[in-house]
Amino acid sequence: MSATVNTSVSIQDLTLNFGVVSVLQSLNLDIAEGEFIVLLGPSGCGKSTLLNCIAGLLDISDGRIFIKGKNVTWEEPKDRGIGMVFQSYALYPQMSVEKNLSFGLKVAGTPKEEIGKRIARAAEILQIEPLLQRKPAALSGGQRQRVAIGRALVRDVDVFLFDEPLSNLDAKLRSELRVEIKRLHQRLANTMIYVTHDQIEAMTLADRIAVMRGGVIQQLDAPQAIYSRPVNRFVAGFIGSPGMNFVDGRLEESDGGWRFGAGDLSIPLSTYTFDRQPVAGPAVFGVRPEHIGLNSGSGWPFSTKATVDVVEPMGSDTLVWVRLGAQSLSVRMPSERAPQIGSQVEIGFDPMRASLFGEDGNRL
Amino acid sequence: MAMSQTLAADGPRGPKPRHRFSKRNIFIYGTLFVVAVYYLLPLYVMVVTSLKGMPEVRLGNIFSPPLEITFEPWVKAWATACTGLNCDGLSRGFWNSVRITVPSVILSIAIASVNGYALANWRFKGSELFFTILIIGAFIPYQVMLYPIVIILREIGLYGSLTGLVIVHSIFGMPILTLLFRNYFASLPEELFKAARVDGAGFWSIYLRIMLPMSVPIFVVAVILQITGIWNDFLFGVVYTRPDTYPMTVQLNNIVNSVQGVKEYNVNMAATLLTGLVPLVVYFISGKLFVRGIAAGAVKG
Repeated sequence: MSATVNTSVSIQDLTLNFGVVSVLQSLNLDIAEGEFIVLLGPSGCGKSTLLNCIAGLLDISDGRIFIKGKNVTWEEPKDRGIGMVFQSYALYPQMSVEKNLSFGLKVAGTPKEEIGKRIARAAEILQIEPLLQRKPAALSGGQRQRVAIGRALVRDVDVFLFDEPLSNLDAKLRSELRVEIKRLHQRLANTMIYVTHDQIEAMTLADRIAVMRGGVIQQLDAPQAIYSRPVNRFVAGFIGSPGMNFVDGRLEESDGGWRFGAGDLSIPLSTYTFDRQPVAGPAVFGVRPEHIGLNSGSGWPFSTKATVDVVEPMGSDTLVWVRLGAQSLSVRMPSERAPQIGSQVEIGFDPMRASLFGEDGNRL
Repeated sequence: MAMSQTLAADGPRGPKPRHRFSKRNIFIYGTLFVVAVYYLLPLYVMVVTSLKGMPEVRLGNIFSPPLEITFEPWVKAWATACTGLNCDGLSRGFWNSVRITVPSVILSIAIASVNGYALANWRFKGSELFFTILIIGAFIPYQVMLYPIVIILREIGLYGSLTGLVIVHSIFGMPILTLLFRNYFASLPEELFKAARVDGAGFWSIYLRIMLPMSVPIFVVAVILQITGIWNDFLFGVVYTRPDTYPMTVQLNNIVNSVQGVKEYNVNMAATLLTGLVPLVVYFISGKLFVRGIAAGAVKG
């Protein structure tokens, strides 16, 4: 069972135990050449641990890791053809930017000319030429992270590993550097594995996202698929901001069609595509705030009356919380059409864009 | 709302004034002054006495400054004071102490820093146990180990030599220094170490090129601890050396406590000041660095 030719990184049955605590259990992941994979999950889900295993910084308990078709399970980090960028930048404080970039190459015994050439190229790509003689302490956060990326860049590696590289930056810098990383990927076309807990980063950067929880990959798919068809309730709740609305209720069959019922609410599911054969019983109905229309009138497959509870203006748009019997739902809408608090409104949506989860939390 | 309310026009504004002679300040500086005098008085008496001739010392006015300043006691203490059969003063002990302290400090710090680095960054199976054992070593009373070490040194033929004493000092410095270095290296960001590994640096190259340059403050702390500790040591010096290899402290004791003849207080004072000069100079030179090293999280935990 060897890795196929066009996979860049292949992880097979990876297991990691810290003493009695099992962090990763039999994890499998194949990453294609040039792919940008984001490992996304809440803190403690094992995403950074997985990255450290790929880098060779943690000894694994079981399984195999292939990089470029080569079994690197027992290789030292430097022999794996990886470059790593850390959250805290991890620049050597006593060395200038140039020395930071050249350290790995010097250790490897690269000729001086070659080192100079590679540093010049990395500095040009990352636009850090004026900073080369400075010490890390004299750099801003964004500049430091650029140097840290450069350190991976000069080593001319096959795979880039990013461990929450933007988490220490302020919001504005974060979005700037995010674009730069995307640009870098488009220019270099390297395989990149990127760990984050920020779903915006994940959605914008990834070719595929692996949503992780408790050391297990919940869903591995393109960002749009994860957003619109989450495989279980955890993924549905984790992706999307503001979060998906969930309504607990029952799945029932009547007149040959399936309906979802909760209290007075009864939602027809004729437009919903089931992933598996539905059975009557407890279920959870999920719909995203941006998929609910408010006072928009025209022909929703389902609409009902509700009372406006709270209005949260967010600038670009407004989040309106409405009360629907015992349920509270959030609706995302353009700011200029925000209703008055306490007013009666009409809400409607198409169940086609909703998600249904069974009693086990998995998608129906 | 209440915006129209007029605000008091002459209320306080700007920085709050501070009084130089507040009750609090007088109390604090008063206390500090008294404590400083308390500690400095003995030193003053020593300096003054060491600069007097014997006739003046016999007058008994220990606080009065010398009427006639003489450096003879200093010269005598350094060059001609007698201990046992040797009459070449403290100079012999001084050079012995230098030959003990310098190699002990270098050796113990070199070993302990590598120890601390390995224990903090290269966790191996049983490293925690190893560390615990080392720390327990710091709690075993010296007296218990005195005689066994005599036997060991005798068996390997180093008893009475300076080399033997250097080894003893290096070993006894190990627990506290290892703790010091381990905690310091553990406080450095782990990602730095990981980054160096990804860059391909090995055990020694990470230690020498990444960790060492970042650890100057803790090395200064260790050097100061070791210099003062080893220079001031009396017990090991008197047990593991012979009269001709006695360190300065032992020689000082022999000069001050000699029973025959007149007690030459001025010479004793000069000899004591000479012996204490080295740690004193070390403190004066490195005081700032020492504080910075301790503040760097070195002695915590």
